[in-house]
Amino acid sequence: MRLATEFRSIRHDSMREPDVPDTAPEIRRTTCYMCACRCGIDVHVAENRVHHIEGNRAHPVNRGVLCAKGSAGVMQHLSPARLRAPLRRTGPRGSGEFREISWEEALGIAVNWLEPIREQHPERLAFFTGRDQSQALTGWWAQQFGTLNYAAHGGFCSVNMAAAGIYTMGGAFWEFGAPDWERTRLLILFGVAEDHDSNPLKIGLGKLKARGARVISVNPIRTGYSAIADQWIGITPGTDGLLILSLVHLLLTSGKIDLAYLMRFTNAAWLVDQDPASPGFGSFLRDSEGRELAWDPARHRAVPAADVARPALSGGFNVGPTHVKPVFALMAEAYLDPALAPEAVAPACGIEPEVIHRLAAELADTAFNHPITLDRPWTDHCGKRHETMVGRPVAMHAMRGIAAHSNGFQTCRALHLLQLILGTVETPGGFRFEPPYPKPVSAHPKPHHKVTPGYPLDGPQLGYPRGPEDLAIDADGRPKRIDHAFSWEAPLSAHGMMHMVIANAARGDPYPIDVLFLYMANMAWNSSMNTAQTIGMLTATDATGVYLIPKIIVADSYSSEMVAYADLVLPDTTYLERHDCISLLDRPISEPDAAIDAIRWPVIEPERPGAEGVRGFQSVLLDLGVRLKLPGMVDANGKAIYRDYADYMVRHQRRPGVGPLMGWRGEDGTGTGRGAPNPKQLARYIEAGGFHIAHVPEEAAFFKPWNRAYQDWAVKIGIYDTPQPYLFQLYVEPLARFQAAALGHGPHQPPDALRERLARAMAPLPVWYPPLSDTDTDTYPIHAITQRPAAMYHSWGSQNAWLRQIHGENPLYIPGALWESLGFEPGDFARVVSPHAEIRVPVARMDALNPATVWTWNAIGKRPGAWSLAPDAPEATRGFLLNHLIPETLPTGLSNSDPVTGQAAWYDLRVRIERIPAEARSAPAFPSEMSPVPRAPKLVKFRAG
Amino acid sequence: MTALPASTERALGLVIDLDTCVGCHACVVACKEWNSGSSPAGPLSDTDAYGARPSGTFLNRVHTFEAVPADGRQPRVVHFPKSCLHCADAPCVTVCPTGASLKRERDGIVLVNEDDCIGCGLCAWACPYGARELDPVAGTMKKCTLCEDRIDNLALPEEDRIPACVRTCPAGARHFGDLADPESAVSRLVAERGGIDLMPEQQTRPTNKYLPPRSRDVDVLAPLLEPLPEEAGGFLGWLDRTLARL
Repeated sequence: MRLATEFRSIRHDSMREPDVPDTAPEIRRTTCYMCACRCGIDVHVAENRVHHIEGNRAHPVNRGVLCAKGSAGVMQHLSPARLRAPLRRTGPRGSGEFREISWEEALGIAVNWLEPIREQHPERLAFFTGRDQSQALTGWWAQQFGTLNYAAHGGFCSVNMAAAGIYTMGGAFWEFGAPDWERTRLLILFGVAEDHDSNPLKIGLGKLKARGARVISVNPIRTGYSAIADQWIGITPGTDGLLILSLVHLLLTSGKIDLAYLMRFTNAAWLVDQDPASPGFGSFLRDSEGRELAWDPARHRAVPAADVARPALSGGFNVGPTHVKPVFALMAEAYLDPALAPEAVAPACGIEPEVIHRLAAELADTAFNHPITLDRPWTDHCGKRHETMVGRPVAMHAMRGIAAHSNGFQTCRALHLLQLILGTVETPGGFRFEPPYPKPVSAHPKPHHKVTPGYPLDGPQLGYPRGPEDLAIDADGRPKRIDHAFSWEAPLSAHGMMHMVIANAARGDPYPIDVLFLYMANMAWNSSMNTAQTIGMLTATDATGVYLIPKIIVADSYSSEMVAYADLVLPDTTYLERHDCISLLDRPISEPDAAIDAIRWPVIEPERPGAEGVRGFQSVLLDLGVRLKLPGMVDANGKAIYRDYADYMVRHQRRPGVGPLMGWRGEDGTGTGRGAPNPKQLARYIEAGGFHIAHVPEEAAFFKPWNRAYQDWAVKIGIYDTPQPYLFQLYVEPLARFQAAALGHGPHQPPDALRERLARAMAPLPVWYPPLSDTDTDTYPIHAITQRPAAMYHSWGSQNAWLRQIHGENPLYIPGALWESLGFEPGDFARVVSPHAEIRVPVARMDALNPATVWTWNAIGKRPGAWSLAPDAPEATRGFLLNHLIPETLPTGLSNSDPVTGQAAWYDLRVRIERIPAEARSAPAFPSEMSPVPRAPKLVKFRAG
Repeated sequence: MTALPASTERALGLVIDLDTCVGCHACVVACKEWNSGSSPAGPLSDTDAYGARPSGTFLNRVHTFEAVPADGRQPRVVHFPKSCLHCADAPCVTVCPTGASLKRERDGIVLVNEDDCIGCGLCAWACPYGARELDPVAGTMKKCTLCEDRIDNLALPEEDRIPACVRTCPAGARHFGDLADPESAVSRLVAERGGIDLMPEQQTRPTNKYLPPRSRDVDVLAPLLEPLPEEAGGFLGWLDRTLARL
């Protein structure tokens, strides 16, 4: 049986398959990596060839189903864009001219570059990873190297969602929580396109449809999930926060809130220092033991909040010299404001006031007239037993549509506020966390940034600041990190700001770097704002002709646009050829009822006939660590501690007994979460289908932050070392502390130029403000955004012979009324102008679209010569990126990002458009780069047997 | 030219729920993968696969339509997966000059016997649904077989003896069964949801059925929220009363 993917074209003879005898395929179960959903897959393999990939029915994430990307995995695995040997640049950056070198030479070069940096200026290594799912390793490696300049891609992905969720509720949407699909009666989606958590969302929507639950989608664009939603609210981009706060206003003014829930499970009663002259202005009032206080109306004094059953929720009180108010009183002041009435906000939101009134009515009706009661006793963290679990069957889910704005953090916060006043978080029918969440800020590290040449960094680079004292700034208040994360420009940039690395490095701000080391990040194309000028920064030189970023190492599996800008390329494997762990220490695949982790393992041995071959990046990183003699990677004799990544997955321990994989720990393999390393652990994972599942006990399934059974279970399996009960933070004190600093309080003071912006953005109760770049909305009246298609992931899909037939082009979709007023005809192009740049692109009409919004599919456009596509492929000739229109730096000199978290504000883009006659190709056009991989075949005939 | 059976023992087919389909193309690619790689129907070629005009043979495609109601209601987007509908009166069979096109008596599946297919393309012209594709490399007509090599394949676990598109559909929008049996799950679904024939005026009597999208934007009957009455102290009055009850 042979795999007759017929490569008729030249230079592919080496890939012709030998004739081999028929062998029945064997099923090897591993984890998909066609997107970040990470479903279980059954790979049917014979003679080291893939016959077929289908969903693993036993897998808790996808339960047998698989999306278009997953089924097209075989074409990704056989992609002609696969790299096949380490590469050393021979032509100028961007030319694509390389020579293939040996692994020994490649690793020798890397060590020669990195060793002196570590001894002298560890911060001059900037190590940033893109679609990395091994951040527990890459972050640890960077820490052992000693650089503070490490992050993954969350800064341009969705740190707003993560940070708002963690600071408010100890957990976020994304793949870290889910609607209670079995019980909810109403699901509202905010800005959700077809990405995270894609198959669970589709499975869940199918369940809601089957039992007649309602689905409402708030999204400027009606595609995918919005198409099947019972109601579509075509909101204007960047105004979701306003809509949400208007809903909060209506619920509050009508008394439709869950007061009992707020009192028991949130900080609604905590007293806030309201004395503008006080050093503690905006902070919680605490006693000498550090306990937060609430006002006891019976005793007329402030007492520890946990000690008062009926604390005051309104009014103001004087405690000694300090005037204080309960959080809830501040909420009432903020949200009873008539400026939030539907009639006031509707025009900005692009919807009718009536829509907001009806939505509020539906929320209240569902939450309060249809409560769900489970006869399931549970005991809270104070030891009180409850006979039932009562919930409010309203669930929400949100994604980049609300997050990727410069008001995204506060919008995500506002959404959590709405969930909380309805009493729907961690209750039956509502939104549920997935282990290791819930996890409060106090259980997360702070950012670390103390660099000592020749030694590891003082701790993990990324974390959650509690106040200005945790910023990564020098004595003069300037950023210490190359991306300016954790500076006054973006204090809570918990995921770093990868999108600013190249611009800052080219400017030498705050200092030049020596080596830029990127893993799986297409920064020379779709992963950067301002792509055309970013390319210029990668190729810019100083007066002596040396590149401003002197050395660039790129690790990737495929011939991406970024590869062409590398000086040294470390070729990675495909996802079927590698070990990986999808770890509870990182981004696991848990479900609300279970902690789940998983592995990938080489179900196919990597073969790159006639070439040096590829290696799994994580093993290469460990190898580099050994050659650099990094602590934790070598023993006292300088010998490697871990043979490779697979060995690390089994034997590495983050804390005694806790390692990357939770399943089958201990020498006898009976431990879950805790236990000594088990040499047979990977074999057990493989036997079990590639994953391990630890079920949450029934009595622990809801109210997790306060549920004693959950907390005990989480300790038992190693999520925490001690129970971590906490209250949800309607009012977030770390924000208040930054706001107070902006108002002049405390020893850590921001630059004057940032005071006003910080005072507004760091509001401790959710607020809405217009996107920061909305300065000339008359000239640029149209919003321009992208949306990810269900059948394509980032830039990977373009090399996929099947998926590119589904999404080979990406017209700019123009709403019907605008289309007609500008006189567009099918086949036209549009000139699209932002304050930053212009593009000229093909158009198509769409009516199910917000009337002030144009959009296109994300990352379809390709540079000629990349991804092994023909230079005249439609992705290169007609496809385009909106990225060219988006500056990474605003005229203020600050990054085009959320001022709280530094999240790239992709979706703030505003443009004007005009009709132009059809052009031969989209503009800007880029010269073709030479492909570092052999030409792709003309014809594909995939055949397994 | 080629005769249809007077009746079939079963009428196997698909029921596709347009109220649930999100247009993700999972069915399209699962079909392509199985039928190209593992079924006798394959390989399904992709010409100019990485070039300017990639063109592949697919047995199932998703079309997306936008409907703009004339009465000012919101525009709708409908994702519409389409493959062979296995018609009772299949014009693609009767038009076939060689007998390659056939409708199977035992289960009603419309198939092409590729050994007899001369690639004349008449069947594709005759099919009002555009459900057949001539593979330019094989030179023969390709079409949905309802994964006949899966549904009767005893080597597969019983739960997997369903078409690849149904097995993979993430939203559960695709259903497979015997539409001749009024008690089958698919027949009941069609009855409950008012399943429809595609283009009945063509008189092809398709076996596959589509479940129409439910009506959207229906008014929820919950009363609009009223502000708390000022005479009862407004918000603060409500707060005090509520706290007293807790």
